[in-house]
Amino acid sequence: MNNMISLILITIGIIFNLLGCIGIIRLPDTYNRLQAATKAVTLGCCSILLGVVFHFGLSDAGTKALVAIPLLFFGSTVAAHALIRGTYHFGIKLGGKSVKDDYKDVVK
Amino acid sequence: MNNWLNILLYVQIGLSVICLYRIIRGPSIPDRMVGVDIFGILVVGVCAIISIQTERSFILDIGIAWIILSFIGTLTLAKYLTGKKLNE
Amino acid sequence: MKRNNGERAKGRRYVAVFILSVIFWLLLTFDFTVPNLIVGAIASIITSLAFTRFFVKNVYKLLQPKRYFWFIVYLVVFIWECLKANLDVAYRVLHPAMPIRPGIVKVKTSLKSDLAKMLLANSITMTPGTITVDIIDDYLYIHWIYIKSEDPEVYTGIITGAFEKYIKRIIE
Repeated sequence: MNNMISLILITIGIIFNLLGCIGIIRLPDTYNRLQAATKAVTLGCCSILLGVVFHFGLSDAGTKALVAIPLLFFGSTVAAHALIRGTYHFGIKLGGKSVKDDYKDVVK
Repeated sequence: MNNWLNILLYVQIGLSVICLYRIIRGPSIPDRMVGVDIFGILVVGVCAIISIQTERSFILDIGIAWIILSFIGTLTLAKYLTGKKLNE
Repeated sequence: MKRNNGERAKGRRYVAVFILSVIFWLLLTFDFTVPNLIVGAIASIITSLAFTRFFVKNVYKLLQPKRYFWFIVYLVVFIWECLKANLDVAYRVLHPAMPIRPGIVKVKTSLKSDLAKMLLANSITMTPGTITVDIIDDYLYIHWIYIKSEDPEVYTGIITGAFEKYIKRIIE
């Protein structure tokens, strides 16, 4: 039973990862790529780790996977935040379809 | 069941290879860095699936260390981007 | 007298960091033998000496049960928003025409402490179509993949409305 749940969670996670990778290939500029990829891939890997927790139950491996989930979560969100800020300061323009930019008054 | 897990492992490794496409082809430096960041997260998923296949818990330790190192690496890359401007 | 109080509060912060790091160590190793506990205690002492200055100022907030209750409510809301975000990403990525209309908007927040702002920024990063670019004083700069309206009040409600009240109850 637990094995079935863990397999289903891992499969869902890999579908999310696949969506994130399609996003990283298809979307037109850096900001949108980062946006799609971070969300989808983070949730996908959290789902895989949750599958590992269900597979091992309450043992050393299970608690390790459980600890890894919040670490991965905060790590990837803060990394994405730093990366998008660095991209803006580097001088990459927002993509051609953009309609609004409140941030440029602050930077210059 | 074990068969299905094998297929999932290969799919996950294939997804990391797709990220390598963005690292190699990316038109600008930040694009490549996005690729590196996402690659780091995907490798954690690979570690988790291998730990189920081999029933060993130390591979999850590798995964946790990988999370922290990839976080620090991305912060360093972002710092580099912030410090250097194109018009200087 | 006042100085004495301040020193005692600082000592309590060290103890809180020490206890949290020991719990973290035990979760990571899951091994309750004596040598492991000694190694964990030494590592936790070093951690608490090095990193207490980044910890929350008022330790007693960690002991109030109603904050944990609101944290669980927040977690449920958050996971729901996270799933919605991923379906949103799936829709935008798989749609042949890719309906995107990106831009950076400026949002005002009423949260005061740094930790609360960090939590709000992280929550915004995981909600549908938004990612935090920068925080300057009370303003968050947010990259939005599909700008639904140009009116500041409307988009402030859409972006921060779901989380701000819970975070205020958890931290402040």
